[in-house]
Amino acid sequence: MSDASDTNGPVLAADGRPLKASLNRALRKQKMRALMLIAPLLIFVLVAFILPIADMLFRSVENTIVRDTLPRTVVAMSSWNSDEAETPDEAVYRALFIDVFLASEAKTHTRLGSRLNYETTGISSLFRQSGREVGDMAEVYEDQFEDLDARWTEDVFWAEFMGDPAWFAQAQGAEDPGPTFVLKDGISDVLPKTADAYATFANFVQVEDEDNPAAEDPWALVHAMLYEDLTEQDISGYDGFGADLLADAAAAVEGFEAPSYKSSFIDMDEDWASPEVLGTIQAYSPPFTPGYFLKAVDMQLTPDGIEAQSEDRAIYLKLFWRTVWMSLFITGMTILLGYPVAFLLAKLPMRQSSLLMILVLLPFWTSLLVRTSAWKVLLQQQGVINDLLVWSGLINEAGRLVMINNQLGTIIAMTHILLPFMILPLYSVMATIPPSYVRAAKSLGATNWVAFWRVYFPQSVPGIGAGSILVFILAIGYYITPALVGGTSGIFISNRIAYHISSSLNWGLAAALGSILLAAVLILYWAYDRIVGIDNVKLG
Amino acid sequence: MKLKTILMGTAIAGVGSIASAQEMTNDMTLVSWGGAYQDSQQKAYAEPYMEMNPDVSISWDESSPEAVAKLRAMNEAGNVTWDLVDVVAADAIRLCDEGLAMEIDPNEILAEGDDGSSAEDDFGDLLVSDCFIPQIVYSTTAAYRADLLPEGAPAPESICAFFDTDTYPGQRALEQRPINNMEWALLCDGVAKEDIYDVLETEEGQDRAFAKLDTIKDDIVWWSAAAEPPQLLADGEIVMGSSYNGRWFSAIEEQGQPFEMLWDAQVFDLDGWIIPAGLPDDRLNRVLDFVEYATDTQRLADQAAYISYGPARASSAPLVGDHAELGIPMGPHMPTAPANSENVFVYNYTWWADYRDDLDSKFQAWLAQ
Repeated sequence: MSDASDTNGPVLAADGRPLKASLNRALRKQKMRALMLIAPLLIFVLVAFILPIADMLFRSVENTIVRDTLPRTVVAMSSWNSDEAETPDEAVYRALFIDVFLASEAKTHTRLGSRLNYETTGISSLFRQSGREVGDMAEVYEDQFEDLDARWTEDVFWAEFMGDPAWFAQAQGAEDPGPTFVLKDGISDVLPKTADAYATFANFVQVEDEDNPAAEDPWALVHAMLYEDLTEQDISGYDGFGADLLADAAAAVEGFEAPSYKSSFIDMDEDWASPEVLGTIQAYSPPFTPGYFLKAVDMQLTPDGIEAQSEDRAIYLKLFWRTVWMSLFITGMTILLGYPVAFLLAKLPMRQSSLLMILVLLPFWTSLLVRTSAWKVLLQQQGVINDLLVWSGLINEAGRLVMINNQLGTIIAMTHILLPFMILPLYSVMATIPPSYVRAAKSLGATNWVAFWRVYFPQSVPGIGAGSILVFILAIGYYITPALVGGTSGIFISNRIAYHISSSLNWGLAAALGSILLAAVLILYWAYDRIVGIDNVKLG
Repeated sequence: MKLKTILMGTAIAGVGSIASAQEMTNDMTLVSWGGAYQDSQQKAYAEPYMEMNPDVSISWDESSPEAVAKLRAMNEAGNVTWDLVDVVAADAIRLCDEGLAMEIDPNEILAEGDDGSSAEDDFGDLLVSDCFIPQIVYSTTAAYRADLLPEGAPAPESICAFFDTDTYPGQRALEQRPINNMEWALLCDGVAKEDIYDVLETEEGQDRAFAKLDTIKDDIVWWSAAAEPPQLLADGEIVMGSSYNGRWFSAIEEQGQPFEMLWDAQVFDLDGWIIPAGLPDDRLNRVLDFVEYATDTQRLADQAAYISYGPARASSAPLVGDHAELGIPMGPHMPTAPANSENVFVYNYTWWADYRDDLDSKFQAWLAQ
């Protein structure tokens, strides 16, 4: 072929272009048109289904909250090793002080506390309490500056002291939130930490509270930073607004009471010296964490590395295993019960089979909760079935059977609820099997059983495959029925996922558990495809 | 699951509503628990409020059981459609910690007590979180059926009857969570009431509580919806069970079930409102106006005419009257009534906020054993 085209040149279309190119163009157009037709659905599925799921699954590794809430602490801690007996040095606690102060102003510290409390018990109240008390730590400085001169706590003084003159002129008396704050030229060279803290304050006040910084008293943090600047910087060159006040303060700071941040934190709560708490903050400081996935397989990420979860807290692997085997068992039960029904449906004349079909569909249309509750009434120890058995004398009053709030309850109720999902695909496949095949087999001398097993059954396998996939995938994600009739031994992994979504709010762990479940289903699907072949599945 | 009932104010207001210069929306979505409890709120707060403000319409959303998760999802989507959410105190603490609920100053937004006390004094210790506006005190407490007890067995007087399967054979219903059960187990294992949380803080203490629960593990039916225990007891599935006192009241007084209350070691818990964080001003103004009205002394006392939960204000207690339909005095049915509260266990919110996740995994692992 290639020889031919080399000698003759490309085949040209009527307009002189190569035929291949113009054909491609026409095909592309057609493809585009087809794509445009399905675009609304595609976009809908993408936005309403794929993206939310991807977002949820992403939470199983996402962990930026520590870094976002305690940025300075994370950096300061990077050189500290939790194995050491020593607690980190003052610099870490100073960073912690600033971070927690800012976080408590933004009210994000308790959120971080809840997050880390999933890993180490007690961090939640530690952060809640610290957020309240870290203000007191800063007020030590505020009070001392105020004692020196009351202007140190005045909003207008600080605005003029820190702000650009042009900004200050506009901001004074302006309505909330006023013009955007601009730092005075050169103030960052004289008082770098103070200027930084004040700029953070002004920005926060304007953006979050929508107030005018020129009319708000600055945070006590600004005073703490001013203290640090005055002990470290030479301010003698400064001659702008407030220079006299600053010079007085610079002379006075040596006599200030300045407790170390480290001792203040440890006095507040001795947990701040605990290597476990600090190690947890450090271990969970990277923006992505394997922690949730480890937890989902009964391991845990601790400051000392990855460890197995203690035996009295390990539950998830057990639940995964139970979910899979019980779902398989339920699938098997639906085949066992559903096959004869579908067979009958396909065999009976139209009139009877429609009646039977209604009997199959009626429970299908009934609310899931109603059906589950009905099973409770039937199966409980003082329930209908036990009453009948006692009445008939098969069991005595003391020997009433326990059929609910255990695995048996879950299996019975779920088999019943999922039965139509097996019967319907089976029926639709069986309805297409020509009766002449079985007749032919029989006329050639096959017994009833051989004709069924060798001729009819193999043709109904695609229905079993379709029903099994449907039932199994539905069963593996069930949680209402197991929760209601499963007691403690019949609950599924989905019940824990639901708990973490709605009660503990540990969405990361819920996402990790969900991802594993999804992966398990996909692997089973793949295995099914390899063994049975997905082409052998017929849904209708 | 979401059931919305739009209620319209019917009467033309004879009462002049307080004219306000502030802009207010007229639609409000309140989130509550459904059932008898939501009815009591509707009759005691919402209907009189709508009578005063005929333009206002209130819709209810029965999403309180999953309010924490839904509010978080709404917040992340940037579209909070709820104006006021009824939650238990533990959930209020969680929502407050997550920054999903608005912090409030009780003295500023809530009405003074009828007796002139400030809102903060009137609610007292019940203001367990910076975001929480308490409404009622309920309790998780026990009930039993005397006719199901073996002949000659004395009527149970202590919560420890749950752990005494020799005297009281049969199944008992407990809530499927560690809270309350761990405390009761330790209490019945001989730990003094004031030491419970100190003991429970240690691994040994937790193991001790589980060991005590182990002795009756095979006899426990675990419930997750509070309506289950009264049903189980009525069917004779269990001989005793724990549930909320309002559920027992409704089974005993309204449905005439032959249950007896076992108030011993009842655990007080709170239910109240939170305002979602970040509401626009016009909606916030309406909510604040409603909340001030709905949590004043008279309104909280009125609610007790429809359900047997104690009003959260101290000043409301003397105003509690008769049941609206049965006509029986409600005072003796309150969990806070002196005869019922001889031995009360106070649920430690901050402790459980820390230990809930850890103990829950331990509890689930124990259940699965």
